[in-house]
Amino acid sequence: MLTLLTYDHSLDGFFTAVFEVYEYKFENPWIRKEGLPEPALFGGLHRVITDAKKAERVINKLKMLLGENGLRMIVYGLLTEEEHCEKPILDVIRYAIAHPQKKVLADMTNLSVLKLERYNKQVNREKHRMEAFVRFRLIADSVFVAEIEPDFNVMPIIAKHFRQRYQDQKWMIFDRKRHYGLYYDLQSVELVSINHQQSLDKLSNLASDEAFYSDLWRIYFDKTSIASRKNSRLHVQHVPKRYWKYLTEKNFF
Amino acid sequence: MNFDRVKEKLSILADAAKYDVSCSSSGSKRKNKGKGLGDSSGMGICHSYTTDGRCISLLKILLTNVCIYDCAYCVTRRSNDIKRAAFTVQEVVDLTINFYRRNYIEGLFLSSGIFKDADTTMERLVTVAKKLRVEENFNGYIHLKSIPGASDELMKEAGLYADRLSINLELPTTEGLKLLAPEKDRQQMLQPMAAVKNEIALYQDERKKFKHLPSYAPAGQSTQMIIGATPETDLQLIQTADFFYKSYSMKRVYYSAYIPVAQDARLPSLQSQVPLLRENRLYQADWLMRFYGFKADEILEGKQPFLALDMDPKLAWALRNLDFFPLNLQTADLEAILRIPGVGLKSAWKIIEGRKFGKLSISHLQKMGVAVNRAKHFIDFGTSTFLNKNVLHQQNIKSIILSQSVSKFQAHYSPQLSLF
Ligand code: SF4
Repeated sequence: MLTLLTYDHSLDGFFTAVFEVYEYKFENPWIRKEGLPEPALFGGLHRVITDAKKAERVINKLKMLLGENGLRMIVYGLLTEEEHCEKPILDVIRYAIAHPQKKVLADMTNLSVLKLERYNKQVNREKHRMEAFVRFRLIADSVFVAEIEPDFNVMPIIAKHFRQRYQDQKWMIFDRKRHYGLYYDLQSVELVSINHQQSLDKLSNLASDEAFYSDLWRIYFDKTSIASRKNSRLHVQHVPKRYWKYLTEKNFF
Repeated sequence: MNFDRVKEKLSILADAAKYDVSCSSSGSKRKNKGKGLGDSSGMGICHSYTTDGRCISLLKILLTNVCIYDCAYCVTRRSNDIKRAAFTVQEVVDLTINFYRRNYIEGLFLSSGIFKDADTTMERLVTVAKKLRVEENFNGYIHLKSIPGASDELMKEAGLYADRLSINLELPTTEGLKLLAPEKDRQQMLQPMAAVKNEIALYQDERKKFKHLPSYAPAGQSTQMIIGATPETDLQLIQTADFFYKSYSMKRVYYSAYIPVAQDARLPSLQSQVPLLRENRLYQADWLMRFYGFKADEILEGKQPFLALDMDPKLAWALRNLDFFPLNLQTADLEAILRIPGVGLKSAWKIIEGRKFGKLSISHLQKMGVAVNRAKHFIDFGTSTFLNKNVLHQQNIKSIILSQSVSKFQAHYSPQLSLF
């Protein structure tokens, strides 16, 4: 009998669900994000209440079985936010638990492993893109601010990169799609959300020499291209149009 | 700061620097320790791409385009009637820091015309790097150009602040150099290269003994050769590259298709096409030497000293060496698998890992990212899938593979070039 387990979209929620799959010995479990339209055929519905302790136990077990890398692959898979991503991920987890001696993530003949690989490629690429395409502008409050709209929920996994790189300036990166961001105050990085129009307005109040440097960057972008080698197809392949909105070099004010 | 003047300088000095194709910012291990700005311990990031599709990773500029030399292939040459400009040291520092803080760049690539003698020029470049490191606590990437003829002392200092140093050979042979840059001599170029190479070796030894020794040019040296300005063959180019990889421990050799910048009897005319396809093939050949275990003389043999334009050098090698195939993927070793056209570095590893779990089928290969249409002709699947090489000789495989793939360069070699 198929049992539908729903969770609250959080990583801990998913890992709690995995814990409960084993706790209640569901034979045919199907983990899904809550709030999605219910499928036509299922036997029972089990609402998972996120429990950090249960989640942690699953995480530790996975670390043991699959290593840091393997755990990361699973987290990246979940960050795709894809509607059905839980299925191959749960498959891989069950495969690993059933065969503790096997390096299951190397089993390229297993379709769920391959799917997880695909997810990782996609999320990794988006992570790298965001690390590349974030464009800060300096606002009057002496904070470097950037906005992004990534395809996947990569904010949690880009924090470390920016934390390491920009230690002596305050910065903020805001995900306009998911309405939350990272803020570094010279001490530590925190998750923030901005709801007031007032605060949003502040973000567009630029420092006095901001326009000068963004102009210089546009000049540079223009001059470093070689007209006789122009290749728009290649250009757009590397910098897909959906990212242009927040790229300084693509926006002339 | 005079904003308009700085903008004008940047226009001139970025424009003059764009012909240097290197934009790598990886290979350094410089970490941001203790509240500094920047970090180059990662892979190096392309923050944007030019409209011609090249990576923009560094702020690539000349300190000045005033030059006492007159190299025929160079826009900055003395006899060229262009606007000249020069940044101050502080201007370059400010630009770098402010671009970096906005996440535009990974760092600075600073080159220069030789405005006075070699040492004066080199010293000015070193001053910029030193200021960035010492005064600004900047840990981003710095690539400095080594100036031909600069003293060993200056080169020693340069490596203390720069991640990478490079000096462009530009012309692979001494004859080419004599023709187009008669005032330069090869020895002047090799000398700073050798100084850096020796210093790197020294530091590597010392660091084994003293862990906390600062690093010296951690991302090594690179060089660039111009393609198509002089009549050198691809074989000569590849052999030269091979020599510099081996004898000077070069990290990278770059190939730059010559873009006509002068009306000069010694050079291709201003209307001539930029040999982009040839440049691309040379990069592929270079890649095969560095990562796939190919030797220079396997890629090109003496009788045919130019790379085929209608197919990549790996496929060309495979077609010349059909006896090597078909390979059994269950037993072949990594080096052999890497020789299969359509199999990349990553997919080769996946094959090695994946085959432990069972026999690999075409659909497995597809999912591993192998270009199956290409690879299948060279793999023994144990059954009739392998197209027997008696039936299918070189020409057939080639035309089958090429008819299935679309090259971005097709227009360059298609016999049906339209005339209008
Ligand atoms: S020395 Fe360098 S900058 Fe000067 S003309 Fe020759 S190549 Fe150009």
